[in-house]
Amino acid sequence: MPVVRVKKVPCCGPESSCCPPPKAPHKLTRVSHEWTLSDSLGEIRCRLGSFRLGYRVSPGLYAIGEPGADSDLLVSANYKLSFDKLRKELKGLSAWILVLDTKGINVWCAAGKGTFGTEELIKRIREEDLSGLVSHRRVIVPQLGAPGIKAHEVRKETGFRVSYGPVEAKDIPAYIRAGYKATPEMRTVAFGAFDRVVLTPMELIPAAKWYLVFAILMLAFFGVSTKGITFAGAGEAYPLLVLGIVSVLSGGLATPVLLPYIPGSAFAIKGWIAGLATTVAFLLIGGTGLSVPLAIASLIFFPLASSYIALQFTGSTTFTSISGVKKELKYALPVYIIGALSSVALLVVHKAAEAV
Amino acid sequence: MRYLKDVATLELNDALCTGCGRCAEVCPHAVFEIENRKAVITDRDACMECGACASNCEFGALKVGSGVGCASALIGGMIKGGEPVCGCSDGKDSACC
Repeated sequence: MPVVRVKKVPCCGPESSCCPPPKAPHKLTRVSHEWTLSDSLGEIRCRLGSFRLGYRVSPGLYAIGEPGADSDLLVSANYKLSFDKLRKELKGLSAWILVLDTKGINVWCAAGKGTFGTEELIKRIREEDLSGLVSHRRVIVPQLGAPGIKAHEVRKETGFRVSYGPVEAKDIPAYIRAGYKATPEMRTVAFGAFDRVVLTPMELIPAAKWYLVFAILMLAFFGVSTKGITFAGAGEAYPLLVLGIVSVLSGGLATPVLLPYIPGSAFAIKGWIAGLATTVAFLLIGGTGLSVPLAIASLIFFPLASSYIALQFTGSTTFTSISGVKKELKYALPVYIIGALSSVALLVVHKAAEAV
Repeated sequence: MRYLKDVATLELNDALCTGCGRCAEVCPHAVFEIENRKAVITDRDACMECGACASNCEFGALKVGSGVGCASALIGGMIKGGEPVCGCSDGKDSACC
């Protein structure tokens, strides 16, 4: 239910030239802390793919509960899932929520890009005339928004002091009760098994697209024989197609989920270990009857594929650094290229031996 | 969970630090502690180079090379020869954020 708020400006009369031009009345949206079914379905769809890219709320000022001049002022992003998570945790509180235009990206990523940033925050504080709205001068910014914000500049430009709230929205009520103080636990980012699992669809879906290319290439390669394209030999590709799925699941699902339990600190190594374990297990248990060149190619290629996919997960974690990922790539990329080329060579060797 | 050792580019200039504590407030990995009115890096290897501390240091005492940390963006940057760009910023679907 939109309500209209008009700021009262002391004015010396409408005819006078000293009178500032009348401001357009603010549009203020009242929101509930409750989630509807469509909010819950929206979260699921966001976790699965590109639906997330258009999942937005309008930037601007929102009211939750019955906020007044002394109510807290919280800042959020215009990715609807970020906004929804915040309002859900504000049950029983009355507060103002200032939504920045982050192009529909969550707080942490947007802060890294600078769209959740100092300029945007200053602009919104001014546009929404927050100094006329509240009597205090505290704006609560999520801690994970800090990479994009220069708190001292916000204060200099607007008079508002930035208090960094906790990492998780669920700790906000406790943070406010404690007098805007976060415990060390509230300040650090956890990355539990559940946090990791919800991120895996976004690893598996792009990997599945590559898998499709791989499958078509394999079927084509084994389908061609000296007698033409007969697909008589396409059956030989089946174990490799299964191993392909196994390596995608090793790198895109098993490695993220079992992250703390797989040896090594480099993601490329963790993914390779997971991929090697599953490939060996499949070759031993499956008894697939692969020729020697194909077995060797499998042992080279699939663990490396798993490693590559696992390395992509660095972008989703909460603790990997750009310098670390660069270092991994420096060592891993040449290995991937050599591994892929030798696998192709072994396929050719297999084919040549068959033709004899 | 720990990532690679000795890679973080975080630098603290002790002379400029006033011990205000902002860095310890914003760091999501508890890299800093305030001792004797000065910030101290107590756990450098936990640094993920997000840049929050440097951005919020009013006195310019902190430096860190931060940027897009996902492998696909870095590979894309190598191929195209530009700065790594996160796929989601140009509207394409991407796993990196």
